[in-house]
Parts: sequence; structure tokens; C-alpha cells
Amino acid sequence: MTVMQHIWIVLGVLFVLLNIAAGLIWVERRLLALWQDRLGPNRAGPLGIFIVLADTLKLFFKEDWIPPFADKWVFITAPAIVAGSVLLSFVIIPFAPGIVVADLNVGLLFFLAMSSLGVYSIVLGGWASNNKYALLGAMRGASQMIAYEVFMGLSLMGVVMITGSFNMGDIVDAQKNVWFCFTQPLGFIIFFIAGVAETHRLPFDIPEAESELIAGFHAEYSGMKFGMFFIGEYLGITLISAMTVTLFFGGWHGPAFLPPLAWFALKTILFLGLFILLRASLPRPRYDQLIEYGWKVLLPVVLANLMITGAIALWLKST
Amino acid sequence: MRPADTILQQLQQTFGAAGFHQQNTVDGIATFWLPAEQVIPVISHLKTSTGLAYRMLYDLTALDERNRQIHNGVPRSSFTVVYHLFSYERNDFIRLKVPLDGDYPSLPSITGIFRNANWYEREVYDMFGIRFNGHPHLQRLLMPLTWSGHPLRKEHPARATEMGPFRLTDEKQDREQEALRFKPEEWGMQRKSDDADFMFLNIGPQHPGTHGVLRIILQLDGEDIVDAVPEIGFHHRGAEKMGERQSWHTYIPYTDRVDYLGGVMNNLAYLLAVEKLAGIEVPDRVKVIRVMLCEFFRIASHLVWFGTFAQDVGQLSPVFYMFTDREKIFDVIEAVCGGRMHPNWFRIGGVAQDLPNGWDVLVRNFVEHFPKQLKEYNNMVMRNSIFRARTRGIGIYTLDEAIEWGVTGAGLRACGFDWDFRKKRPYSGYEMFEFDIPTAIHGDCYDRSYVRVEEMRQSLRIIEQCLNNMPEGSYKADHPLTTPPLKKYTMQDIETLITHFLNVSWGPVMPPGEAMSCIEATKGANSYYLTSDGNTSSYRTRIRTPSFPHMQMVPYISKGYTVSDLLSILGSVDFVLADIDR
Repeated sequence: MTVMQHIWIVLGVLFVLLNIAAGLIWVERRLLALWQDRLGPNRAGPLGIFIVLADTLKLFFKEDWIPPFADKWVFITAPAIVAGSVLLSFVIIPFAPGIVVADLNVGLLFFLAMSSLGVYSIVLGGWASNNKYALLGAMRGASQMIAYEVFMGLSLMGVVMITGSFNMGDIVDAQKNVWFCFTQPLGFIIFFIAGVAETHRLPFDIPEAESELIAGFHAEYSGMKFGMFFIGEYLGITLISAMTVTLFFGGWHGPAFLPPLAWFALKTILFLGLFILLRASLPRPRYDQLIEYGWKVLLPVVLANLMITGAIALWLKST
Repeated sequence: MRPADTILQQLQQTFGAAGFHQQNTVDGIATFWLPAEQVIPVISHLKTSTGLAYRMLYDLTALDERNRQIHNGVPRSSFTVVYHLFSYERNDFIRLKVPLDGDYPSLPSITGIFRNANWYEREVYDMFGIRFNGHPHLQRLLMPLTWSGHPLRKEHPARATEMGPFRLTDEKQDREQEALRFKPEEWGMQRKSDDADFMFLNIGPQHPGTHGVLRIILQLDGEDIVDAVPEIGFHHRGAEKMGERQSWHTYIPYTDRVDYLGGVMNNLAYLLAVEKLAGIEVPDRVKVIRVMLCEFFRIASHLVWFGTFAQDVGQLSPVFYMFTDREKIFDVIEAVCGGRMHPNWFRIGGVAQDLPNGWDVLVRNFVEHFPKQLKEYNNMVMRNSIFRARTRGIGIYTLDEAIEWGVTGAGLRACGFDWDFRKKRPYSGYEMFEFDIPTAIHGDCYDRSYVRVEEMRQSLRIIEQCLNNMPEGSYKADHPLTTPPLKKYTMQDIETLITHFLNVSWGPVMPPGEAMSCIEATKGANSYYLTSDGNTSSYRTRIRTPSFPHMQMVPYISKGYTVSDLLSILGSVDFVLADIDR
């Protein structure tokens, strides 16, 4: 691959991702409206698609206010961290054969490392805001992330054991015949749950919890700084969807009548829809219930999954 | 001998005859006057004596008697403090009145006997300047702390135009804001314990979880609630004061807005009291029409509660489905009344108009449509395991606590007590209908929700019975005090014409006396206690609302739970801020 090609891939991925993050505003609002017997934004442009433009413009032109009681530099850094870390995670995802920004041999570890960095934005943002609601949100966010980080990593180890590699390309190749969602169903379910918790979306939107904490950790943010959290959240959903597809649903594999990139996009979109459907249907557990569910239910299950997978892998190797 | 006489005799035997006096009232509630120094012994006797067992303080209020024209042989006083107690065992109210002299009188506090007396006494202090000796925290409740004067005293202006132009200077703004600052020491709270600093979290008055302008200050240890102080009054519009300058008839629209989800149900509570004063018996058709519309509003109100409650625990969608169905109810209401949330449709002695042609089709459509919706909501919300986890075992109170705090409505029935004023003290013809009283046993958030969901089914049954058995007849009583007044003979007879003219332009004159109604409103027992001085408007309008004592109980039932649970508790209590503040 030439340097130019590489630059094109980087720019292309960035362009598509940022547009997806913005476009999801519209998708989410229309889908939610559909499921909630309403119309949703349908005025500006065909099917209301220009709401994306309006929303983006609004975010850009809103007063970018830093509260006088906030810790200024940390307050500014926090939203950059979330957008940065999520965008960086995308570098390891193989969208189609040859379309990957960085084909790291520790790809999966890189993803886990980046998603762990994301929690800093919540904690720092909540802390720097110097607001009680933000602080409560940050505290909740921190404990939620710590809890769910653990099973997120563990749930993926089954896949790694079967493939024998952390490289994302190898993982996709290993699913040429059977997708890992069939051989690793528990791993898939737990990864997805942990993914929802990582992106703090409903039902796990506990750091924000609108009806309790108003907006939680980003209560004090406005303008584009809020916009960064916003983009970070939508990119996070896209990331988890893309990762689920890559790790458990064969990545770009699919019948030949569609190009690989289209298969990848299609599968990812399905999971994006699932995220929105979750938001439309489920209530929010209480913070301690969520943590308890993580440590007491998911952790044993994921460990059992790991041991069974390991045993089978060893057994297959020995025969 | 009437039961009231027996009670009087018993009281006089125990406490000596001096100062006791019985008053006859048109609502038939046993009414006694007693001297201020006897308040505590008499009330504790009434509460604890096994034969009487007036275990609930139903209402506590006062009257400024200084402008009274007609006394009818009752003791003269400058102010009167009125206690309404209720006995579930005897199914009986008792009214105690304490005459007080002087401009700013005082009397002993009964907070030691009834826990819910706390807010009632604060309200009386706020509104009349009457002090209660021994009250733990006698501070204004509804008015801002910086207010001067006591609004329900007769000398206090009733309109903004009587008060001079309003100016908000910088100093005034600073003063007002400083008055809102929460000082834990004033409430006897510690800022830190041995091992933790407490956080004081200010929830509201603008907060998505409080359903209106309610402020709750939480004392938090981490996320655990150590104590809470609700601050109400942001929605106070002086509904009781307005009663004193509106005519008996023109006050009806104001009642609509007290429990703004209850619609005509408020009209009913008010009109039952007015009709008792006037001595009007309404025809059966009126009763059934009123019952039908009230039950529609009960369902509408419960739907709002159901949807917003689900939203409080994070379920975003149900509220939209439920509002859609509420809209279907409003279609019926609109066809019948012309209005939606505040139809202002009941009149003294009847309703505004007869039912329109085709009303039965609309009602039948709804009765057929709604049960399957309700079933779906039940599956969607009540059977959702996360919803259950968020509501079961949260915000528990026992039956005794509920009675002690003056809880009525679904909150009481969720403690396993099948008490419904529609059944136990039927009004407006509820005795003619067949329906059950749903109950639950745990008294937690889930059970309160369960009771309300079942109540919607029962309301639907009542509506169906109204639909199938709507009596023929007039939609208004044939009585000179009804509004709008009878017009039948006005063109033949000059006397009738004059009466009609006066009754239209001034409004009817209610005979002097007092009466209290009590209905099972959407949120619990709602009462209007009206005092007439033989005038075109009420001398004193007292509105006893169910949300007021329920809100007072919130700190008690939320201690030890977390901030998230507080939202479940607030949602399950089902209050309306206008119903608390009036």
C-alpha cells in the first residue's frame, strides 16, 4: 500500500465516521419516533434529514460557556478525550479486505486500551465541572466502567483463544466458515451488554440518568464541548456495533452478491438499530443493581465461558 | 341520642363542661367548639380512646372571623382553628373548632399527636399568622420566606392591583436568593458524621424528575439519602383566597386547576359542598353523568402517572402510548364538555349541558378499545423485570404509618386496606355502581402502581355501567340556587325576572353555614370545606388535597434509599404540584 492510499483510507474512514455520528442524530430520532407512535423530525428536507445540519449548526453556534467555578483546562480536555479515544479505536477495524487504518497485531488489546481511556472523559468532565450532579454522574460512570471493562475484556478472550491471535484481520479470517456468534454465544451476549454499558446508553445510561441526575457528568457542558460528548456517544455506539460485527458476525464476510464493505455496513447498521431499540424499550436499573449484576452474574458466566472454551480448544488441539 | 351528642357528653365528662359547645352544620359532621388549652388532651383522647379512634388528622386549617356578619349562636372569636379528624373504624369525621382572640393569637401544637400536623400548622401560620406553641419548625410553608403579611387574613390584599407595582431591584433579588439558600443547621441536620461529610443536593425546582416546581433538598452520604426536606409553594396561586372574591359560580373554573389532571373531578368536590350548603338534591341523570366524566378523568390522570412513572425509571416509550390513549379520552371529554383538561363543566345543581347526540358511541368505542391497551401496558411496564427491581421493596410504609401521615387513595390501599370513599361514604350516586376496591399488601412503590392500574379497570367498569344505564331526566336540578339560574318563567313574572337577573349578575346567595365534601379524587381524598356568611361568595374556601400529606411523607419514606429510589418514590406517590400548593 502506498502512502497516498493510506492517507486516503485514513481520511475516508474519518469522513464516514463523523458523518455517521451526525447522521445517527436523525436515525435515532426517526427510529425512536417510529417505535413511539410519533413522527419525529420530518420537516427540514426529505424525511427531515436536514435536522442533522440544523443540529450541527446549532451546536457550533451555541455559546461555548465555561463555568467560572470549573477547573478550566481539565474541563476543556475531557470532551476531547472521549472523541479522541473512540476515533482512535476505529484504526484497528478491518472494514473490508485491505481497508484498515492500522493492521496491528495487538489490535484487540489496542481497542480495549482505548475504550478504557474513554472513562477518563467522564471522570474528568464530571470532576472539573464542580457540580454536584456532574460529580455523582462521574462517580457512577467510573464504577460502571471499571466493572464492565473487566467482562468486556474477558468476553473477548474466547474469540482470541479460538483464533490464536489478537489481530483483527486474523479474527475475521477465522470466521470464514462459522461466525463466532455461534461458537461463542455467551461471549457475544456479554460483550454486547458490556458494550452498552461502555457507551452508557439506555438502559445503562446511569452516569447521565436524565430523570435523576439531569444530564449527569456533562450537565455543565454547552456548545461544541457538549457536541464532543454527543459525537463521542454516537461514535461509541458505532464502534461497539462495528466491533460486534467484526468479532462475532464475520466482519465483512457474506454471500458474494454484495461487496464486503456493504456486508460490513449492513451488519453494523443492524446493530445500531438494536442500540436504538434498546433505548426505546428498556427502563434503567439502579446503579448498584447494575454493578451487582455485573460482578455477581456476568463475571462468573464469562469466566465459565472462558474455561469451557479453553478446555475445548485444548481438547481439539490434543486430538 | 345522636352519636355526636354521645361524643360531646363523653368529652364533657372527661374534660369538664367549660368551653365545650356543639354546632349544627348542614353536612352532618359532628362539630364541637373547645377552648385552646384543651386542644391537646381532647385530640389525644379522640385519637387513642378505643371507642372513638379518630386516628387520622384529615385536615387542619383556620378562619379569619373578624369580618363575620352572621354568628348563629356559635362562640365569637377573631380567628378559629379547625381540626378535621377521621376515624376509619367508625367511618366518621369529627370537626373541632378552637376560638382564638387577638390579632396574632397562638395555641398549642398537636405535632406531638399527629405527625402530619407539622405542615398543616406551618400552613396555618403562613396564611394567618397564628402561632403554634411547641411546633418543631414553625416557618412559612407556601409563601416565600421574605413575604410580609399572611395572605388569608382578611386585611391582606387579594389582587396584585391592590399591592402596588412589583419591582425587582438588585438588592431584592439578592435578598430573595439568599432566603432560598439551604442552611442544614436550621433543620437540625449535621454537615458531617463521624466518618463522612454529607453532601446537600438540591433537586429542583427545575428538575426532570420532580414533575413540576418542587424543590427537595437531600442530605446525602454518597448516594444514600440521610434526610430530605421538600420545599413547596412554588406553584401556590392562592386558590383559597380567590374563593373569597369569586362568586359561588365563578369559582368553578378555579377548582379545575387545583389537581390539574383531575379535571371535572375537582368541580365535583367543590359542588358537593356547595350543594350541601344550598340544600340541592341533584337528579339521577346528573349524578350518573358526573360519575362517568369523573371516572374518565381518573383513567386520564392514572395514564399520565403511569407513563411518567415509567419514564422516571428510564423507560422512554410507554408515556407516548399512554398519552395517545389519554388523547382518546380527551376526544370524549371534548365532545361532551367542549374543553379538555379543564372543562369547567359541572354547575351548581347539575352540569352545563345535556350529553350531546352520539355520546354513547364515543364512550362505547373507548370502553371497547381500552382494555387491550391496558393489558399491553401491564405487560410492558408492570411485568418488566427491571421495572420490578426498581420499585419492589422501595418506599415502604405500613398501614399505621399511612394513617398517621394522612395518606389516602391508592397509597392507602397499597397497604392492604380496602378503603375507598366511593364505596365507604358514597357520594354522587356511587352506591348505585358495582366495582371492586383493588388492594395490595406491601405498601411499596410497585404495589401502589399495581393498585392504580387495577383502578383503571374498575373505572372502566363504572363507565360501562354509566353507558348502559344512563337515566333519563333533566341535567339540572329544579332549585332557585342552581347556576345558571332557572329561566323558565322569567318572561311571565317580574319577580322571577329580577331573581334571574340578580343570580346571573351577582351570583346566587348561599345560606349561611358550613359544609365539607369528601370525594375519592384521582390521588386520594379531596375535600372542599366551605363557610358561607350568607353572601354571593364564600367566606372561606378550604381545599384539602391528597397530594399535600403525601408529599409531607416523602422524606420519611425515602430515608435510607438512594437518589435513584427517590425518583421511584416520587413517581409512585403520584402528586400534582398544583394539588399540593393550591
